[in-house]
Amino acid sequence: MLESATSLAHPAGQLSEVELIRRVRDGDADLFYELVRPYERRVYSAAFAILRNKADAEDAAQEAILKAFRHIRQFREEARFSTWLIQIAVNEARMRRRKNHPDVMEPIADRPDEAGNYTPRDFADWREIPSETLERKEIREKLAEALASLGEIYREVFVLRDMQHLSIEETAEALKISTASVKTRLLRARLMLRDLLAPGLGGPWISRMSFGKGTKPW
Amino acid sequence: MVVNCEEVWREISNYLDGEVDAGLRAAMDEHIHGCKRCSAVLAGTRNVVGLYGDERMVEVPLGFSHRLQRRLNENAHPSRRTFFGWMVAAAAAVLVAGSFEVARSSGIGRALRSAHAQPGKGVPPDMMVLVYPDGKTFHVAGCTYILDKTHLRSVAAHEALREGYVPCTRCMKKYLNQRA
Repeated sequence: MLESATSLAHPAGQLSEVELIRRVRDGDADLFYELVRPYERRVYSAAFAILRNKADAEDAAQEAILKAFRHIRQFREEARFSTWLIQIAVNEARMRRRKNHPDVMEPIADRPDEAGNYTPRDFADWREIPSETLERKEIREKLAEALASLGEIYREVFVLRDMQHLSIEETAEALKISTASVKTRLLRARLMLRDLLAPGLGGPWISRMSFGKGTKPW
Repeated sequence: MVVNCEEVWREISNYLDGEVDAGLRAAMDEHIHGCKRCSAVLAGTRNVVGLYGDERMVEVPLGFSHRLQRRLNENAHPSRRTFFGWMVAAAAAVLVAGSFEVARSSGIGRALRSAHAQPGKGVPPDMMVLVYPDGKTFHVAGCTYILDKTHLRSVAAHEALREGYVPCTRCMKKYLNQRA
């Protein structure tokens, strides 16, 4: 009776993450989805960054979340739950990629100077692109294409850091590389994406779009 | 301190993340101000972080949440027939999605979003920060005070300030203590 009164006073949506983890560990399996719900998109996109295939990424994301459920007792409370979850997703996706493409060499060595000195291309000014631009599917597709063309070590870091908003340290932890490598790869990824996108976003793709009475919003 | 183009390119990413010290930032600001090419590199890189940092760039397949909940339910209760549970979960997801929509449609004011906070003065204007629609404060990635992790977007700090967000007292503390 007391327990049900407590449950009513604290519906699942209002429980803190720490409390949710405690309850799931104590056997309340139904609360697990509530715990992972804020991160399900991030888990999927981490898997997609590695596998680059929607069906494979969904399967890997589901499997990673199930693994997290089965091994919730191994989660250390001093760690961040989201980082732990994404780490499992990265491992699951990497394992599947190795299985599907055993011939593809995976960069294992952590080389801090791998980016070398990258010289950004000299384009004319690229003005601020309004986020409304992303309402256009073709623009999202162009961005996705550019991202897919990056080397894997750059894509992984960029997705975790700039799309999933992990900190430098969390990204390093999830990928098992140093923070110096995260910074170097992130720099290279951002500059390469800028070089890939500037010619289109600075002109042709955007000028084909109509904003109201033929005027640009900036 | 004086920096050249190569040094600016090498540090541009750290500059956007607020990972350069005040001296280097000032030198980079001065260089970028007078260098057309480096201004374009900064603007382009900032656009990249802003566009990809938008939640619309993470597209999950239709029905992803439902299928995940069904699979979790099957694993949590292997012997239970899952249809009823799935229907409940689907209804819950619709309710949750609906409440997000209501929350998101409540409008974004230009006035300060928090009556208790002070507008930031020492925050580097070009630093990329994270905000979410119903939040009052802006943050750096990984800040434990970020409450809504599903609707984060990256914007330049000056843009966040313009939209009425104030600096987080935890992750932006070092800037708030400065007299700028």
